Amino acid sequence: MTRRGRRLALIAAALAVVGGAAGLALYALSDSIVFFYSPSEVVEKALRPGARLRVGGLVKSGSVVESAGETVAFVVTDGTNNVSVSYQGLLPDLFREGQGVVAEGVLAAPDQLRADTILAKHDERYMPREVVEALKKEGRWQEGEDVAKP
Amino acid sequence: MIVEIGHFALVLALAAALAQTVVPFWGARVGDGGLMAVGPSAALTQFALIAIAFAALVNAHLTSDFSVLNVAENSHSAVPAIYKISGVWGNHEGSMLLWVLILAVFGALVALFGRALPSALRADALAVQGLISVAFLAFILLTSNPFERLMPAPFEGRDLNPILQDPGLAIHPPLLYLGYVGFSIVYSFAAAALIEGRIDAAWARFVRPFTLVAWSFLTLGIAAGSFWAYYTLGWGGFWFWDPVENASLMPWLAGTAFVHSVAVMEKRDALKVWTIFLAILAFSFSLLGTFLVRSGVLTSVHAFASDPRRGVFILVILALFIFGSFALFAWRAPKLKQGGLFAPISREGALIVNNLLLTTSCATVLFGTLYPLALEQLTGEKITVGAPFFNLTCGALLLTACFVAPFGFSLAWKRGDLLAVAERLTVALVAGAVTAVLGAAWLSGGSVFAPLAAGLAIFVILGTLIEVVMRVRRPGLAPAVALKRALGLPLSFYGAALAHVGLGVTLLGLAGLGFGAETIATLHKGVPERVGPYSITLDWVGERVGPNYKEAATSMTVRSGAAVVAEIAPARRQFAARQMTTTEAGLATLNFGQVYVAIADPTPDGDVPARLYWKPLVTLIWLGAGAMALAGSLSLADRRLRFGAAARAKAGGGSLAQPAQ
Repeated sequence: MTRRGRRLALIAAALAVVGGAAGLALYALSDSIVFFYSPSEVVEKALRPGARLRVGGLVKSGSVVESAGETVAFVVTDGTNNVSVSYQGLLPDLFREGQGVVAEGVLAAPDQLRADTILAKHDERYMPREVVEALKKEGRWQEGEDVAKP
Repeated sequence: MIVEIGHFALVLALAAALAQTVVPFWGARVGDGGLMAVGPSAALTQFALIAIAFAALVNAHLTSDFSVLNVAENSHSAVPAIYKISGVWGNHEGSMLLWVLILAVFGALVALFGRALPSALRADALAVQGLISVAFLAFILLTSNPFERLMPAPFEGRDLNPILQDPGLAIHPPLLYLGYVGFSIVYSFAAAALIEGRIDAAWARFVRPFTLVAWSFLTLGIAAGSFWAYYTLGWGGFWFWDPVENASLMPWLAGTAFVHSVAVMEKRDALKVWTIFLAILAFSFSLLGTFLVRSGVLTSVHAFASDPRRGVFILVILALFIFGSFALFAWRAPKLKQGGLFAPISREGALIVNNLLLTTSCATVLFGTLYPLALEQLTGEKITVGAPFFNLTCGALLLTACFVAPFGFSLAWKRGDLLAVAERLTVALVAGAVTAVLGAAWLSGGSVFAPLAAGLAIFVILGTLIEVVMRVRRPGLAPAVALKRALGLPLSFYGAALAHVGLGVTLLGLAGLGFGAETIATLHKGVPERVGPYSITLDWVGERVGPNYKEAATSMTVRSGAAVVAEIAPARRQFAARQMTTTEAGLATLNFGQVYVAIADPTPDGDVPARLYWKPLVTLIWLGAGAMALAGSLSLADRRLRFGAAARAKAGGGSLAQPAQ
């Protein structure tokens, strides 16, 4: 094979791999991206049930109800609007009322989420950034609030 | 006082790094041997000074000197000594100090072992290495000083984050940093080669040991991190496609590609420009990883409390080194002479395919990691790109790479015979296909990935072993001759074989997950609960008090049928100083698989809600990674590849060294 032929073979192989990867990536992106919304956005956008999304905010105080079969229900709030969440499974170590939480799952009704993943902050200084921004938007966040008092 | 000495040593180290950058570089330009010789001594001085600074910080942590802000925020007098030491790098400032310490270690290695190199090349490489040190030392001194004092000193520290109070913290970051930062040497030598405008097989021979060291440590570091996450987070997962994990995977992928392409360059004097490109790429990804983790653009398990100034500073460093090196590459690379012709069907050709697949998979990981950040900046929409994306794109590419691996390993250099190789690999191909079909039948309609991966794993392992046997044994050969042939094969050949077997073993572990079981249940005392082929019985629930925590402890029995096979003790720990809870999973290893139990808080009447998992073959994931790292050191022990071997090989003849096989 000539040098030119070799180069062409190489370029063809590279294009095939990169093209294949790009195709796969586009295909994968179309159904594995999950949008993040605050409870207010969920209510405003009137998303149709069945959509997969993440909701972040604070766990409303007094809203956590644990029932049989390891099912937990609670309300995520940004102070203005609420989304109720049901979840089957064990809650993360740092899940607490009045604290930040991100729930990922499928919308069962316009303001009800059937979650399959619950993320809570992992130390007392950390608040999910999305939650902070969602709360800021609703004017429920004071700068410096995330810094624990020594 | 010791703390001030540490701080002062760090300032002096910056001065030494500046000298290491400017003087040898100038010396190389004007051809002054005396000036160039400043490089090694400056590198050694810099290493000694940073070591002093690091020792000072370790001392402050060990003696619980809470007048130092860093100690007060991240330590506690009741923490066991090992966590006092590992707490040094369990925070932003200390981890950056460890970063520059390792950077200086590699600089010192070049200074000590690089005598055989052309002096200008060594001077330039040390200068670039010095420049990296300057940037990061300035970063530490200006934005993240670990020696900052606190007035008045508190009586007690705020404690190390309980998740970090684990042997994992003592192991994972240093290993990972040895890998990340190890690529800096490769980067420095690539930049030096570009500055010099000359590169040959001797360059590859000198750089390859450093690459193997960095790659082996990175492999171990990633494996240690994933094992730590696996047993400590209580979710049973070991890889979350978390941006920070991706940040460590990207240099690994680029580094793996580099390990392969540098072999081509060393043996065949080909792929020079591409190898240089990968060298720059690998360290650029290390820097990107540092930026993602340390700047606060991401919130993840790895992010420490962030400060926006730091993000901007690291971004500047990142831009300087990545754009600087790629600009240098664009300017100088066309001048490098290409050599070493080969046919597309050859080992070189297979390694190119390997490189294509690895760099493309690296690109998909990069895309998936940065796309959400970019989208948020551009449109304000917040999205997450989850595991399905990475599994489909990066996973598919890497599985293809696994399929190519045995072929590449068996093909001859220069011009190979694909048919003959396929014939040799028939047994492995058939065994792999049978495994995949049996696996698919077993799962009957479940995931396609698991049986496919299992089949590929068998193919990779058997295919590699077949090639090793074929190299040694020919029909009609006396056993003694065969043994002699086996001993005569270079260690780097066995290294490559072991690495491929390790890859197969890891893949088999990953495939095993598809055959596991998982259930969530409330355990009542004495009532067995089934998971996979085992049943688990809760025997006891109670409270225990540790040095700086109290825990809800349990003990459980794992049975297979009626026979007791293991005892486990999952628990939940409550840390008072940070009001945090951690999950201590109960693990029992059974035939390379594990029973994994994580509990929630026990109910007042003594029942325990728990997640139960059966994960067949899961330990193979880490054993395989260990084999890969061991393979790296095996290659490193090869006579021809030892540090400084470059000069002897050069003295022995022309630069077109032929493989000694």
